[in-house]
Amino acid sequence: MATTLSTEPFFVKDCTLVALATGRKARLLQEFRSELARVDTASIYHHFWGGLLVPRFEEREYNNDFAAWIRHGVHDGVLAERLAALDPGRFPDLEALRSEILEQIDTRLDETELLFWTRPSSQFEFICSQIVVFDTGRHLERPAELASAVTAMSTSSIFYHFIDARRRTADGEDDFRDWLAAWGERFAPLRKQLAGIDPYFGTLSELRDELSRLFSSHLQEAAQ
Amino acid sequence: MSLLDKYTQVAGSDVIAQLHQLAAPLAGASVVHVNSTRSGGGVAEVLTKLVPFMQELGINTKWEVISGESRFFECTKGMHNTLQGNRHPLDESLLRVYEDTNARNAETLRPVLEQADFVFIHDPQPAALLSHCPDRRGKWIWRCHIDASHPFRPVWKYLQQFVAPYDASIFSLAAFAQELPHPQFLIPPSIDPLSDKNLDLEPGVIEQVCEQYRLDTRRPLLVQISRFDRFKDPLGVIQAYHLAKQFLPALQLVLAGGGAMDDPEGDVVLAEVRAAAREDPDIHILLLPADANRDINALQRAADIVLQKSVREGFGLTVTEAMWKGKPVIGGDVGGIRLQVINHHTGFLVSTPEGAALRIRYLLHQPEKIDEMGSKAHAFVRDNFLITRHLREYLTLLVALTNGTRERIELA
Repeated sequence: MATTLSTEPFFVKDCTLVALATGRKARLLQEFRSELARVDTASIYHHFWGGLLVPRFEEREYNNDFAAWIRHGVHDGVLAERLAALDPGRFPDLEALRSEILEQIDTRLDETELLFWTRPSSQFEFICSQIVVFDTGRHLERPAELASAVTAMSTSSIFYHFIDARRRTADGEDDFRDWLAAWGERFAPLRKQLAGIDPYFGTLSELRDELSRLFSSHLQEAAQ
Repeated sequence: MSLLDKYTQVAGSDVIAQLHQLAAPLAGASVVHVNSTRSGGGVAEVLTKLVPFMQELGINTKWEVISGESRFFECTKGMHNTLQGNRHPLDESLLRVYEDTNARNAETLRPVLEQADFVFIHDPQPAALLSHCPDRRGKWIWRCHIDASHPFRPVWKYLQQFVAPYDASIFSLAAFAQELPHPQFLIPPSIDPLSDKNLDLEPGVIEQVCEQYRLDTRRPLLVQISRFDRFKDPLGVIQAYHLAKQFLPALQLVLAGGGAMDDPEGDVVLAEVRAAAREDPDIHILLLPADANRDINALQRAADIVLQKSVREGFGLTVTEAMWKGKPVIGGDVGGIRLQVINHHTGFLVSTPEGAALRIRYLLHQPEKIDEMGSKAHAFVRDNFLITRHLREYLTLLVALTNGTRERIELA
């Protein structure tokens, strides 16, 4: 569900996420493939996006947990790099993303038979998550309010509007771009810059700072 | 100033505002937590703060403690050990004591438990209470704080019959989750940054505590804080210390911990540790009372490196505490320690006393690494393992349980 409509106010929402075990575990790459083929799409969502909201170390080497396990558990750098190159936002839905991951695994298994027998140094546990979304009671009337509003947002609010939104909005954009689109062409450069922010590698606090800087500088220029 | 206001400075106003918003739909609900001790061990520590927090958020929260004789705790300690991998069947007579004790406690607690909207049962000790509350109206959640990744199957199977009827369970890590017919939430525990154990201390207080325990603040100090329990491997720590001391003669070691009411094995292990340390005046074995939180705080802050060389570990809150104080941790490569100690970033994961000795030498020869890792460790805990995050996930779980199993819940 999109948060904004036309030039409606921007309703600031927040979310929290709680992780759940799926009971699916993989000790071999082939096992991983077969579990991935059956696991609920909620788990694929979690391992690409949801992981940003659960405890993890700040320096994220790969943009998804699958690539990280293939690298550090299976020790196959080639497949890890290929999976890390997948941008989930470019797939129409999670089923399509799942198909592409499976295709990449099959291709790699064809390339090197050794991977059929490699014993990973750790097992992969498929996790999914439940997300609870709630209204903060705050709303923005005009784009000029974005800079100060973003600075005051919680990191999970940033997650909801900038990352989770890509799954909710019709064209896979974040909520800020979606809202600004209704304010006409003058915000096109800002929307373009927003599209250029890679949300996957820093912390959510760093992402908030980056967004805040971008809104401040752009909206200041617009005011001059 | 309210309890939650005090945490605004540490956790941020956005975090506290979020707790209020999330708790709003739960206002007036009744929650009961049940465990087996009011002091000693990580569970009691977390509940000491979590319960008043929930009360302040408008949730009617109570904390009940079950009672039992020594044979009951002998049984539950055996359960604890076997769930963590020891392969010793539990005596039938002990299991009868376990069931009888739960039945007796249920007689007292039944009215409170059956009326509650949500009941959190912590660990195996009170797990059988549910079977004595047939008219329960709320959701029951079993919270497992133990590393149950490789349980001794017969004991897990026995316990499973009591746990399966719950509405949900909580494990600290995905690796600990077991086959159960209900949702299994994954929630790591947390520390309270404003408790006596974690508050900032003046340098003078730290020096005073070091003096009290005859520690030389000019010499390198290793500290392991934990109960005297085989799973914490205190003998392995002494071995690692001896190996490192060959290269670092000035090294000192503190092994400090208290006893827990529900741990009857502590005295035996403590005697073994004392015997192993007897010849060396630089090893300090400290049996601390349950309320020695300031001393523990000061010892962790006085340390150059904190060790937690467990061979099994549910989560390892002492690791979190040390990291909060900006210390790199050398920890066993097990359980929840893996979630906190990131090799070469916040400390080192080791599997042997030799591995621990190697990392002790590495760090003490590069003091700048100690500072760098300590700083990363502090930030990691601030962002992930404070009680405010723990509380938020409990509230999310309660909202989720109220709203069914949908992947996405939109509150009005």
